Amino acid sequence: MSFLSLLARNRLALVGLIVMGFVVLLALVTPLLPLADPDVTNTGNRFLKPFSEGTLLGTDHLGRDLLSRLLWGTRLSLAVGFAAAVIAAVLGAAVGIVAGYYGGRVDNLIMRGVDMLMAFPYILLALAIVAALGPGLLNALIAVAAVNIPFFARNIRGITVGIAHKEFVDAAKLAGMRDARIIVSEVLPNVIPVIVIAMSTTVGWMILETAGLSFLGLGSQPPQADLGSMLGEARSALITNPHTSVVPGVMILIIVMAINLLGDGVRDALDPRLRSGALTRPMAATTVRRKGPVPVPEGENVLDLRGLETQFHVKDRIYRAVGGVSWGVKPGECLGIIGESGSGKSVTALSVMGLVASPPGVITGGAVHYKGEDLVGAPYERLRSLRGREVAYIFQDPLATLHPLYKVGDQLVEAIRVHHHVSDKEARAKALGLLKDVRIPNAESRLENYPHEMSGGMRQRVGIAMALANDPEVIIADEPTTALDVTVQAQILSLLDTLRREKGLAIVFITHDFGVVAQLCDRVAVMYAGRIVEEGPTQMVLDAPAHPYTRRLIACVPELGEGKRELHAIPGLPPAVNDLPPGCAFAPRCDKATEACRQGEIALEAHGPRKLRCLFPETELEAAQ
Amino acid sequence: MGSYILKRLVSAIPVLLGITVIVFAIMALIPGDPATAILGSYATPENVEKLNRDLGLDKPAVQRYFIWLSNMVQGDFGRSFSLNRPVLDEVLDRFGATLVLAGTSFVLCSLIGVAAGVVSAARQYGFADKAITFVVLLGISIPSFFLGMMMILIFAVQLRWFPASGMWPIYGDRNLLVLLDHLLMPALALAVVATGVVARLSRSAMLEVLRQDYIRTARAKGVPERGVIWRHALRAAMVSIIPVLGIQAGFVLSGAVYIEMVFQWPGVGRMLVDAILKRDILLVQGGVVFVAACYVLFNIVVDVAQSLLDPRIKT
Repeated sequence: MSFLSLLARNRLALVGLIVMGFVVLLALVTPLLPLADPDVTNTGNRFLKPFSEGTLLGTDHLGRDLLSRLLWGTRLSLAVGFAAAVIAAVLGAAVGIVAGYYGGRVDNLIMRGVDMLMAFPYILLALAIVAALGPGLLNALIAVAAVNIPFFARNIRGITVGIAHKEFVDAAKLAGMRDARIIVSEVLPNVIPVIVIAMSTTVGWMILETAGLSFLGLGSQPPQADLGSMLGEARSALITNPHTSVVPGVMILIIVMAINLLGDGVRDALDPRLRSGALTRPMAATTVRRKGPVPVPEGENVLDLRGLETQFHVKDRIYRAVGGVSWGVKPGECLGIIGESGSGKSVTALSVMGLVASPPGVITGGAVHYKGEDLVGAPYERLRSLRGREVAYIFQDPLATLHPLYKVGDQLVEAIRVHHHVSDKEARAKALGLLKDVRIPNAESRLENYPHEMSGGMRQRVGIAMALANDPEVIIADEPTTALDVTVQAQILSLLDTLRREKGLAIVFITHDFGVVAQLCDRVAVMYAGRIVEEGPTQMVLDAPAHPYTRRLIACVPELGEGKRELHAIPGLPPAVNDLPPGCAFAPRCDKATEACRQGEIALEAHGPRKLRCLFPETELEAAQ
Repeated sequence: MGSYILKRLVSAIPVLLGITVIVFAIMALIPGDPATAILGSYATPENVEKLNRDLGLDKPAVQRYFIWLSNMVQGDFGRSFSLNRPVLDEVLDRFGATLVLAGTSFVLCSLIGVAAGVVSAARQYGFADKAITFVVLLGISIPSFFLGMMMILIFAVQLRWFPASGMWPIYGDRNLLVLLDHLLMPALALAVVATGVVARLSRSAMLEVLRQDYIRTARAKGVPERGVIWRHALRAAMVSIIPVLGIQAGFVLSGAVYIEMVFQWPGVGRMLVDAILKRDILLVQGGVVFVAACYVLFNIVVDVAQSLLDPRIKT
């Protein structure tokens, strides 16, 4: 989408653009308007009120026409503000590009100087410069431009450093181009958007600052007046004739506000993160917009998903991350959910407790029953009271999932105290016990550690301890061992297995690794493109996979001690879930697929203890029930 | 921690020296010579020459700089000709008033700005967010001196709630209550812009943090949303908010000059403007160096606060 149409879509920026356009136009045509001379005094007509005869906005303390002075003053203020911005941008960019492009000692020296300048309180430096040069509008302009140069220099340098080491710059150097030419033809075009953003966000400041210096009597000198000095002169009559202050003050406000609106619009239009809507914050619980009936749970499952559908709504696209998933776990059972990245296994897991980031996530169908209670659409407070207390999570990368600024002891204590009214001391004792339960050596001193002071394996043990803090019934482990090395992985798996047997926990274990499933899980469900394609007891599925995708996944696992078997990567990529093909989603990558696979819904059918969504199974199964 | 503070103090020395060099260099730009400025344009050449010698202005610039610097280190900032008293005495007298004003504004902008940013982020695109965003836009667009004038007009002249100017009444007691009465309007007027900047930044810092995995962990633990926002997210967001607070401290400290003019506050900013208009160079030099040095020291406090907040910073 083009920059201009993006800008136009931002209504506030458009308002800013229109107001600013109008003010600039007024300033441009001021010499042509039939206005009184702004500098001619007429002391007989001092302090005429606005709308009195012969004058629209009244007159000032010397009887000069305020409207005329306002327009001429606006002209001056705009010119000075923009000039300061352009000077600061050009010089700042030049300094920044030189420092960033040449690097090394040049960079060091320049940036030291810039840091020194930035060590000054901003306006103080401008005052010092004006003090040296003497009061006057031109000197005020120089001062305001000068104090803004470091800001531009630092910004532009950062960008240039990134560009100066790109391949195309190296190529240009090898081709024998001179530095000056490389800067102009290769570096500058990449830096200009940054300069534009920096200018659009600072020109308002610069107008304010020059107005400020004029207000102090250090800028434009009488009789010439910009908006700031108009305000400064009007100050002595503030109480008796406020209109002389209000008129220029409101004008500054309008100009700066319009520029700021426009500047924000420019920045948003040029910032790709805002464009993609990536800067929205997830709410406390996933949005639920459930259409259709609420399915009933099956059997004696402690946690039971039926027909769960979770989608991501991004702009006008819909990503069906989870397209009707059903599974359940009994107490003491471990269910593995396996699939490639993007298959929807994590989203399924997060949907259980409403933890899918929302926006953009929306649960659109199905039910999640915990001990018979439907959690989809349950009130937030109910959901929160179950989170961590009844159903707890273990996440993948504990460096990112533990709070970096709190000690692990405090994080454990918090997990306990949000659900139990116990003293800090009791909670701390419990936390110590938890760390011992997960076999962390020197548990006492570990309580005082921050996450970054621990190894990956230790951190993940803390993550597990935190999940166990409230003796939950169900633990959902979302790739808990993926970030760990193999020996640590084996330790964590055996720890989980022991805990499950000791405490009768139900575990839902999400992974992309069949090796892990084989070690830990009683049953396994294979997910592809947001749906389960095969489910059954782990050993049966491993021994005789029925779905071609399952067979391929198993073939990806190397077997220890047997060097003979070849590894087979699965050709192709999983389909995009906003554009699923009809029929079997795996058909495009499947060597057995026929026309029948590409037409119509293929049901997940039960065959004895197993379930399968395939027309051409790899192995003989019991007849469908 | 002690050694970290010491390290930061030592690293401030070159910055302080740099500041004196910059101020001296700027002042060396002065067209004409200060003696003429002091004595007026009718002074005889002999008198100008004598004063130049007395002020040491006949020596080379580098030598002058080191004389000036070594005098300053010994607490001698020179003598203000317009006030006929030592520069340091005047600056110290005035700086207290500025510190009261700027300090109050700094506390106000930190508390209100961060709170507004947090609420705005927590209710992104909701009514509170839109209202705060609008007020913030207004706040960062209004010149503080104009805002101050309008506050005087409304709250001092029309409503008579607060005194229109000064730090103390001309007659009467000087107690904390009286001071607060005089302080509230100028401190608010000075804080508005900085509050807007802090609120904006806090909002985006919070939005950034709220998308992190550890926030999801906090929610998965069952931490109530209030705790997620104010304990987990804000704590992490403060890491990027605090440097901005440091910048805003410099902004209120130097922006106080406008407010001091509007409210007749007897601070160092007003002193500087008077000194500039009277071409009292030593007073300007001394005032600027003193305030800038205080700001450098304050930034060390900011750095130490940052290191206390973020254990990942090596101290």
